[in-house]
Amino acid sequence: MTQSKKTGRKQQSPGSSALDRERLLRLYRQMLKIRLFEEQVNQLYLGAKMPGLAHLYIGQEAVAVGVCEALRRDDYITSTHRGHGHCLAKGASLDKMFAELLGKAPGYCRGKGGSMHIADQDTGNLGANAIVGGSAGIATGAAMSAKMRGSDQVAVCFFGEGALGQGLLYEEMNMASLWKLPVIYVCENNQYNEYTSYRETTAGEVAARAEAFGIHTETIDGQDVQLVHAKSLTLVERARRGKGPAFLHCNTYRFHGHHVGDVDRTYYRAKKEEEEWKSKRDPVKLFAEWLQKSEMADGKLLDQIENEIATRIKEAVNFALNAPYPELDEVGQDVYA
Amino acid sequence: MPEQTYLEAIRGGLHEEMSHDPSVYLFGEDVALGGPFGVTAGLAEAFGKNRVVNTPISEGTVMGLAIGAATAGLRPVVEIMFIDFITLAMDQLVNHAAKLHYMSGGQLKIPLTVRVQCGISGTMGAHHSQSLESWLAHVPGLKVVMASNPADAKGLLKAAIRDDNPVVFIEHRGLYWTRGQVPEGEYLVPIGKAVVAREGEDLTIVATAKMLAATLEAAEELSSNGISVEVIDPRTLSPLDVETIVSSVKKTSRLIIVHEAVEKDGIGAEIATQVQQEAFYYLDSPIARVAAPFAPVPASPALEKCFVPGKTEIIRAVRRALNR
Ligand SMILES: Cc1ncc(C[n+]2csc(CCOP(=O)(O)OP(=O)(O)O)c2C)c(N)n1
Repeated sequence: MTQSKKTGRKQQSPGSSALDRERLLRLYRQMLKIRLFEEQVNQLYLGAKMPGLAHLYIGQEAVAVGVCEALRRDDYITSTHRGHGHCLAKGASLDKMFAELLGKAPGYCRGKGGSMHIADQDTGNLGANAIVGGSAGIATGAAMSAKMRGSDQVAVCFFGEGALGQGLLYEEMNMASLWKLPVIYVCENNQYNEYTSYRETTAGEVAARAEAFGIHTETIDGQDVQLVHAKSLTLVERARRGKGPAFLHCNTYRFHGHHVGDVDRTYYRAKKEEEEWKSKRDPVKLFAEWLQKSEMADGKLLDQIENEIATRIKEAVNFALNAPYPELDEVGQDVYA
Repeated sequence: MPEQTYLEAIRGGLHEEMSHDPSVYLFGEDVALGGPFGVTAGLAEAFGKNRVVNTPISEGTVMGLAIGAATAGLRPVVEIMFIDFITLAMDQLVNHAAKLHYMSGGQLKIPLTVRVQCGISGTMGAHHSQSLESWLAHVPGLKVVMASNPADAKGLLKAAIRDDNPVVFIEHRGLYWTRGQVPEGEYLVPIGKAVVAREGEDLTIVATAKMLAATLEAAEELSSNGISVEVIDPRTLSPLDVETIVSSVKKTSRLIIVHEAVEKDGIGAEIATQVQQEAFYYLDSPIARVAAPFAPVPASPALEKCFVPGKTEIIRAVRRALNR
């Protein structure tokens, strides 16, 4: 617990140890950055400026931010088709993100990856992955390497609950547990495997699946960034000390469609359910309210933060829109190292 | 004959086969909700969620389950959402579906249809754009078909479902909303039969799936320049109807193969080899291929555009072959 500078009162959010104000404001900034980034992506799509599909992360920001803020820059993550939030939370630059989404030369992958395949060596991001469950091996292997090299790096594997359908995940978790690998499996349960409710495709309890391998498992509210962060700090620390893998099951919700084009959703999920989550369980709103209530920030400061981020996003989009496409002869480059 | 989209023709074929035979079941991700493109929309309402089954995202094991069900009385149709994900089911398809009939000395039958869509459409990047038909055509025991138009989509799908072998029915996402005449009711396109899509004298082009339309466009443009191109759609890649291609080449003396898959080790190589074996002395120019470069599919729209072969590349290849 820390003292609030302003009030001298002890601050604590439910279920998490209190954090200092700077760290809390950073969590907020990171979440808001993702929120505004994704809203901008949606605008680009609606304005027909975005090629392909984007799977927006809006509604799930607390997970990526809570986890990644517990990591060092040299720790690893792997991500999914819904990956913009993970990349940004791990420290990706807005310019290069937008440029990649638009398929431009200064993008993270020189336009070859696109929305679903952003990788960034500098921040330990081993790549978003459009094969559901596809990165379970990559994350576990990165953890294996960290252990073999005797580094104290940790790897985080982000995946949606849909990936629980893939056998690869279980085979990897088995080895991770046997060999005490420093990997954390973060299951973002946004309740739907695309359009089908996860309850229709997932038998038993999610947590029990990881527990069966003797993996330390926690199920938490993924909308509470402080809780996600506090748990992540503990699990990352554990993994760093050689105590082996963990499984963090976060209950969350995607506020938009499965992808930007999924606009009419009433045939698979009720409007009322969406409204409930948006009005009562918006992680950004909840945290903003908490910051104000606990006098960590006032409305003015939050507005200022929002304006700063909005300005940077505008600059980054313009940078990307004006950036050149890659040269056409790059098509055949980088097939081999 | 009513006009339908390719997508509606597939849905119609599924509907008819499910009505015709109670042992036909659909398995796939989101299929009871119509799937991501709406191909199976309405089928769960018509036949019940017992026969149109939403599966977990478990391509490998769903394939295994369907193979088992096929050995024991069902005629399953498995939908793999993108051909890029069929790799997850390759063990089940290649080691089990394709070989059980042979290994059991002809005892077991696997009347399984795998519906899967492929190809480049909508800049979706390297995990949602591939064309992997030649991987599948390489496996003895699998049949592989590719529909290039709505009528064939319906007729080939119905034939695939009735076939007692595992048939991979490859759709092209970029064709889903194209329209064409589709015969009503009982309409079957035989597996293993190519079709001459356009008659011509100077050169033969064999083109698959979405490349057929590009080839027909090229042929039309060339005809106004006095070049007469014969266009063949193989429709089935395995078993390949090489006779239809060979008799065309014997007439035109020139052959180009066009496909969207990468050129290297593609189906074009197989067609070229078989044709030169049968018609070497009829050829007046080297057999050529127009296909994608040897690289994963890039996401950038600028790169993707130059990755996919089109009318321009086809016309260029024709002119080179004819030297005019
Ligand atoms: C192996 C594989 N199968 C199917 C798909 C198609 N697909 C893309 S996202 C998705 C649903 C994934 O659900 P989940 O893992 O819960 O993530 P969410 O989209 O809900 O974030 C599916 C089926 C895929 N990309 N990869």
